[in-house]
Amino acid sequence: MQFSERWLRSIVDPKLSTAELAHLLTMSGLEVEACDPVAPDFAGVVVAQVLDFEKHPNADRLKVCRVDAGGEIVKIVCGAPNVVEGMKVPLARVGAALPGADGAVVSIQRATMRGVDSEGMLCSARELGLSDDHGGLLVLRDDATVGTDVRDALALDDHVFTVKLTPNRADCLSVLGIAREVAALTGAALVPPSLAPVVATADVTHPVRIDSPAGCGRFTGRIIRNVNASAATPDWMRERLERAGQRCISILVDVTNYVMLELGRPLHVYDADKLRGPVVVRFGRAGESVELLNGQTVPLADDVLAITDDSGPIGLAGIMGGESTKADLDTRHCFLEAAFFFPDAIAGRARRYNFGSDASHRFERGVDFDNNLAGIERATRLIVDICGGEPGPVTDVVAALPARPPVSMRIARAQKIIGVPIPADEMAEIFSRLGLVATRTGSGVDEAFVVTPPSYRFDLVIEEDLIEEVARVHGFERIPTVPPRAPASMQALPEAIRSLHEIRDRMADLGYHETINFSFVDAAWEADLAGSSNPIRVLNPIASQMSVMRTTLLGGLLSAIRYNANRKLPRVRVFEVGRVFLRDPSAQDGPLSVAGLTQPMRVAGAAWGAVVDEQWGVPARHVDFHDAKGDVESLLAPISARFEAAVHPALHPGRSARIVIAGRSAGWIGELHPRWQQSFGIPSPVVLFELDAEPLQARGLPALEEISKLPGLRRDVAVLVDEHIPAGAMLDRLREGLPAIVETVEVFDVYRGKGVENGKRSLAFRVLMQDTRRTLTDADADEVVATALSLLEQSFGAKLRT
Amino acid sequence: MDDLDGVVAEALEVFAAAGDPASLEQSKARYLGKAGRLTEALKSLGKLDPAERREAGARINAAKEQIEGALAARRDALMEAELEARLRGEAVDVTLPGRMRARGSVHPVIRTWRRVEDIFRSIGFAVADGPEIETDWYNFTALNQPENHPARSMHDTFYVEGGLLLRTHTSPMQVRYARTHEPPIKVIAPGRTYRVDSDATHSPMFHQVEGLWIDENISFADLKGVYTDFLRRFFETDQLDVRFRPSFFPFTEPSAEIDMAFSSGPLKGRWLEISGSGQVHPQVIRNFGLDPERHIGFAFGSGLERLTMLRYGVGDLRLFFEGDVRFLEQFA
Repeated sequence: MQFSERWLRSIVDPKLSTAELAHLLTMSGLEVEACDPVAPDFAGVVVAQVLDFEKHPNADRLKVCRVDAGGEIVKIVCGAPNVVEGMKVPLARVGAALPGADGAVVSIQRATMRGVDSEGMLCSARELGLSDDHGGLLVLRDDATVGTDVRDALALDDHVFTVKLTPNRADCLSVLGIAREVAALTGAALVPPSLAPVVATADVTHPVRIDSPAGCGRFTGRIIRNVNASAATPDWMRERLERAGQRCISILVDVTNYVMLELGRPLHVYDADKLRGPVVVRFGRAGESVELLNGQTVPLADDVLAITDDSGPIGLAGIMGGESTKADLDTRHCFLEAAFFFPDAIAGRARRYNFGSDASHRFERGVDFDNNLAGIERATRLIVDICGGEPGPVTDVVAALPARPPVSMRIARAQKIIGVPIPADEMAEIFSRLGLVATRTGSGVDEAFVVTPPSYRFDLVIEEDLIEEVARVHGFERIPTVPPRAPASMQALPEAIRSLHEIRDRMADLGYHETINFSFVDAAWEADLAGSSNPIRVLNPIASQMSVMRTTLLGGLLSAIRYNANRKLPRVRVFEVGRVFLRDPSAQDGPLSVAGLTQPMRVAGAAWGAVVDEQWGVPARHVDFHDAKGDVESLLAPISARFEAAVHPALHPGRSARIVIAGRSAGWIGELHPRWQQSFGIPSPVVLFELDAEPLQARGLPALEEISKLPGLRRDVAVLVDEHIPAGAMLDRLREGLPAIVETVEVFDVYRGKGVENGKRSLAFRVLMQDTRRTLTDADADEVVATALSLLEQSFGAKLRT
Repeated sequence: MDDLDGVVAEALEVFAAAGDPASLEQSKARYLGKAGRLTEALKSLGKLDPAERREAGARINAAKEQIEGALAARRDALMEAELEARLRGEAVDVTLPGRMRARGSVHPVIRTWRRVEDIFRSIGFAVADGPEIETDWYNFTALNQPENHPARSMHDTFYVEGGLLLRTHTSPMQVRYARTHEPPIKVIAPGRTYRVDSDATHSPMFHQVEGLWIDENISFADLKGVYTDFLRRFFETDQLDVRFRPSFFPFTEPSAEIDMAFSSGPLKGRWLEISGSGQVHPQVIRNFGLDPERHIGFAFGSGLERLTMLRYGVGDLRLFFEGDVRFLEQFA
């Protein structure tokens, strides 16, 4: 809602500055988004009349004008092309201050121009900062009084207020509505425009019928004969309309817009000669369509309310009139419509057609159903005054109007919810200022006000609606800021489950930067990186590369790697903690779930580039699978996982593993498949991992094992074995086959090359033995080594390396 | 014998001149060895009568102690010098960079998320999280926003298959949490949210934190108290003005937009919208499965990106979602 401050002040004029008025509105819930002066500051510019002029003796393009500045004739040199004798123009007198570029002030001096003295300057609109028009002098109205300040003549000491209205306050979608609010908040007197009936001078009406009372509650109409539809829109109306952001079209349309902005009463004006038979309001029928004023032809439906006549639909009720019956400059007899359409019958319809109008904006929020007559009378008055014409009597058909059941507000409940004991008398005063008729009933905790909401308030239905009015007008600023009081009960997070924040900290400690990537991704990523041909689709994506819900976090991380690689960073480690979205027909609606899908939390990381930042003390090397595996193992600790060679669509088939925790697959690690590395345009290999968060979070509680006081023994066992035999399988065999005194077995060296035949490798195992009850002997150790060798030989054909 | 003092003086001189432990041990023999001057002197004592012998013995012993002391001191000094020389040779260039692995970082929005959690946990709020693909009922209907409600156009919603949507706010978690917990309900729910909006100041995906406190007597004044306190703790300053401005949300009434303004610093005096809030609407309380006659309370929803931008001086929303390490590493 945009309007001129002067227009508002013509109805209510509180003793507040512009800034104070804006603050008042904002703090009462009518947020003033902008409050801009209609013209920049300038002074010393008056209305002047060009009496006559002659060519400048020394310059072809200049004229020397004799100008009446109001009781004083001055000589002005002027270069404007549009100077004519008798015209009224702005004159910046000597000493005037005009707006310059970037807030500078241009002061006007007496000047000699090519030998002729000039006592001031005649101004274009641009020179006054009113517009960019510099084609000639700003032409003022003929009836402007010579000598008056141009700021007064053009009403430039004005501001345009832009108020961001919340959907509940449809009653403020007019200057009168805002004025009503200002009057309630300040106590200043409200002076509404005159709405006195205009006496009918023609005995002519147009028949009207409401066939769908569920959609249209009231239809008020009036014929005005013999109007001059090509009359000019008066400057005062043009000025108010333009400052309200409304383009002037033609006087009849301008009047309807004016009344809508003034009273919040949408009107429509038809060319009466174009109407065919009675105007009937009814829901549309399949197959019908209507050509609208905006040139669009739209199909109707059985839930879209239409205005019709014998020719069929002639407009979308409450949204926009039709082309076939519109009033234009040639209209002779016009028909005015002031209807009430129920919000439910209008809401959402315009959006369905992908446009909106000032009327639909108001009707879907609720239009006063008691100002139809006022609106018609106001418009009639304006039309008759400006265009002449003979109005007929008003036709007012009422089918059904909204009920306004009384709403009760308990005083004690209001005080409890607001948290302040606002006295009942103050509440009564608030209702009275808001124009709400309130009666006091009951006693004790049931003592209440009963309010019957006025026809223009669609937002007063339940007790809380009135509590809000009380709180709002009392002033949110006056409600104390209370430190809360509550029983202090302790809360602790489960120790055995680590939080996602702890996981993030650990990833950061491992050198990874956390990224946040969009949950909707390119369908190609899903196909390539997850082998997912059927991800959940977004029906209205903002871009095609954000059209499906991700089932893996890998795409976002690769995109981050690429972003940084393109910016020449030598080393990138990134991670993300976030949800993926998986179809799951067995999933049911539950306290934290939605049927048909699961949305588990994942943790994923990506490592690319140098293993460490280029460093004097560490040889340069590219990050590889086992670097990232080490990171995953550190991340998991104290949980230990198994890594099983397996194939994943995103990963290099020989360099990828499934991560298994407690016997269940918990994620993946591997080098990005070279094909995707190429398609992502990343210059060298990336190692990726992705884990389900839940098993990662279940770290458990430490369960202490006895620490032996007796010395342990270490033996190293090196064997030669076929290259393809996984170390993990050999470790498994040893761990399961060696006696209980063996505490740990690890691989500590891998060797290929000189001294080892082709196709084989040497693996060295470190075996730590420990017994808590007795000291182990060399004989014990020798036995373990012999067992280890025989296990490895039997299962894998390994030979002792000598 | 009479020149014992001379012997001592000579020994001290010789020891001081010894430049290394080997020459020191050699010169030691000249005085204290088997044929050393003091050993010789002691041997000669036998020739004296007992009274003289006692007196001369004492003098010789004193001289011996003096020489032994000087020897030990010189020995220590030489060893110390030797150690010092060795350690000097082992010096490293301490100004070379450390051999440390690079530090990663937690995303600034998550850092804010966590800080918000910590602050609200400190007064007993629980933290909840839930689905991002939501049903229409939880996202809108349960929050008193039936279909065609004009307020729905305030949210431009992403729809997904199956009649579902991407939650437009974290408010559905109010309903999910309240339906599964008994009052008093004190919970915050931070998380991702989505709206069809993408320009310099809007991201189609962003983060909110929802807050909800329902009990028998939690008023609008309490909302003002809690949220004002939160902002002052979050920004660690009391130089902060907070105002509550009447507004409209379908799920609260009275509703307030919360604005804050710093009273110092570069943003001094500018009102910044920080949160929507209000007393939970009775219909929403009913949808919680509670009786609005008995249970009342407040809810709020704040943008985590906004809080983060104000806290760390981030000027461009897009930085949060680009994954630029040069940005992220500043939060290490």
